[in-house]
Amino acid sequence: MDASTWKPSRAEPSWLARLFDYKPFLIFICLLPAIGLLLAFLTYPLGLGIYLAFTDTEIGGNGEWVGLENFISLLDDRIFITSVWNTLFYTFTATVLKFALGLWLALLLNHHIPFKSFLRAIILLPYITPTVLSAIAFWWIYDPQFSIISYVLVDRLHILDHYIDFLGTPWAARWSLIVANVWRGIPFVAITLLAGLQTISPSLYEAALLDGASPWQSFRHITSPLLMPILAIVMTFSVLFTFTDFQLVYAITRGGPINSTHLMATLAFQRGIPGAQLGEGAAIAVAMIPFLVFATLFSYYALGRRKWQQGSDND
Amino acid sequence: MATVSIRAVRKAFGSHEVLHGVDVEVADGEFVILVGPSGCGKSTLLRMIAGLENITRGDIAIGDRVVNNVAPKERDIAMVFQNYALYPHMTVRDNMAFSLLLAKAPKQVIDEKVGRAASILGLTPYLDRYPRQLSGGQRQRVAMGRAIVRDPQVFLFDEPLSNLDAKLRVAMRAEIKDLHQRLGTTTVYVTHDQIEAMTMADKIVVMNSGNVEQIGAPLELYDRPANLFVAGFIGSPAMNFVRGRIEGGSLRSGSVSFPLPPGAPAGHTGDVIYGIRPEHLRLDPQGIAASIVVVEPTGSETQVIMKFGDATMLGETRPVGAFRERIADTPGATLHVSPDTSLVHLFDEATGARLN
Repeated sequence: MDASTWKPSRAEPSWLARLFDYKPFLIFICLLPAIGLLLAFLTYPLGLGIYLAFTDTEIGGNGEWVGLENFISLLDDRIFITSVWNTLFYTFTATVLKFALGLWLALLLNHHIPFKSFLRAIILLPYITPTVLSAIAFWWIYDPQFSIISYVLVDRLHILDHYIDFLGTPWAARWSLIVANVWRGIPFVAITLLAGLQTISPSLYEAALLDGASPWQSFRHITSPLLMPILAIVMTFSVLFTFTDFQLVYAITRGGPINSTHLMATLAFQRGIPGAQLGEGAAIAVAMIPFLVFATLFSYYALGRRKWQQGSDND
Repeated sequence: MATVSIRAVRKAFGSHEVLHGVDVEVADGEFVILVGPSGCGKSTLLRMIAGLENITRGDIAIGDRVVNNVAPKERDIAMVFQNYALYPHMTVRDNMAFSLLLAKAPKQVIDEKVGRAASILGLTPYLDRYPRQLSGGQRQRVAMGRAIVRDPQVFLFDEPLSNLDAKLRVAMRAEIKDLHQRLGTTTVYVTHDQIEAMTMADKIVVMNSGNVEQIGAPLELYDRPANLFVAGFIGSPAMNFVRGRIEGGSLRSGSVSFPLPPGAPAGHTGDVIYGIRPEHLRLDPQGIAASIVVVEPTGSETQVIMKFGDATMLGETRPVGAFRERIADTPGATLHVSPDTSLVHLFDEATGARLN
């Protein structure tokens, strides 16, 4: 046989090959691992948690079904009420600050400034530091005796005459935690918003410039509406992360002083594991679900493609 | 409406100079096209007129006013971008109204101006659509509408048709020219497509690597290109360039002789480029023998890629003839062609300058 007479040969595919060419079967096979993992590691713990919330289980003992009793008792629990209020305040304030500062940073980095790529790398530092590590660093910064802030203000600059007790009183502790959370959350916001800013075509700004827009007007009419879709996504994730925050608070204050900085997540852990009341801890955790569902629904509607995003993209 | 004067303008990005002293005068109401290959500096020059790039040296004046230090929005110009730069989150109406809105025009004025521009461009049914819901040609028209509502002194177009398919490009070409004839606004238009330049311009500025090669009306450039670059750039299919020397009243290339045009410098020594456009070759039994390589019938004419014996051509090109006659000969056969000597161009190969 030579090159001119050779023909590619085609064997009949086997039943196995035909099965794998069958699209519904292929979809089923490809989805199976993901669905299996979801069932084993998400649905089961979530279901167990919800079940525990309706029992009086303690560590080391089997609980009994008590219906809504855990939730009813939580309604009269002043510490729980404080934790709900703390969580909302913490989430709201930290999110507002993170977005204000993060957007500002993103806008700065979107301009041509010296050492731009170096600055971008630096900005990510708080985000890549393990949370517990940065929490311990903040714990030191907020220490009543060894705080570097107090040292600078009192011993060096002589602005104050006494050391600040960052974590000793409820409000000081709350704000201290918010500052730590903002410091940690800014990189995520700044980098994602920067990515969003970079998708906006520079020629739109040039067109706006020729149309007579001032820098503020081009921010208001061009940047902010075009950034809105990505802003909504980032906002949703940021709210979810902040609302469920545990590590920072538990490492810095453990909910103190006198339970005044407990978030719902830390209180649930406190009651469930060290306090051994698994059922009550689970009930607190379950009480977070409505808030999270609300945040997710908000994202669902905010993320829905806006009317101007529909249609073809090809120029 | 206004004139635009570009006087000895230079542009450097850092130490790299991209425009080496450009002079162009645009008369009031004139349609001037800057044309040249990519990287010749034509878009940079347009952006300097718009105020999007600053001027390294020289002056640009719009009307009587030197605008070197005038902010873009104060220059009273409107620009159509290559990618249209339509605001994706605004409807067609809002896109067109944006500049008026920023200028705090009363709503009635905005409605009237937008309505008029929309009707000129046939966009009235699409005023409430978003750019993504429009076809390429419609987006192109919105971009022009945005320029029209401002009623500027000068329109600037930066390769506005390069994103459209071939058929639409031809249609929009006529539409833009018609628009200019109706509005009479001074226009500076940038393109790399010499056919666009030829068909639309009152005056063409041919640019090459930061210099102006020639300025003139389209047919002037076609009939009397000032140098080799313009000769090769203007015209489609491109001019044939035969390389040879003037010997005894004709041009010799290898063993082939080409008849010289009247007014040829008979005593010129050194290598000469003999330029003849494909459409200025005709079939002639007494002409130069050429063997056929490829025949390309287009219906209205027949283009033939040929070979003139051992004559050498400039670069890697092969001579092309465009004939009104239909040619049934097959590759390898011999044609006899002769150039219309009154339409032959001679250039000095070393300098590129025109010799006749």
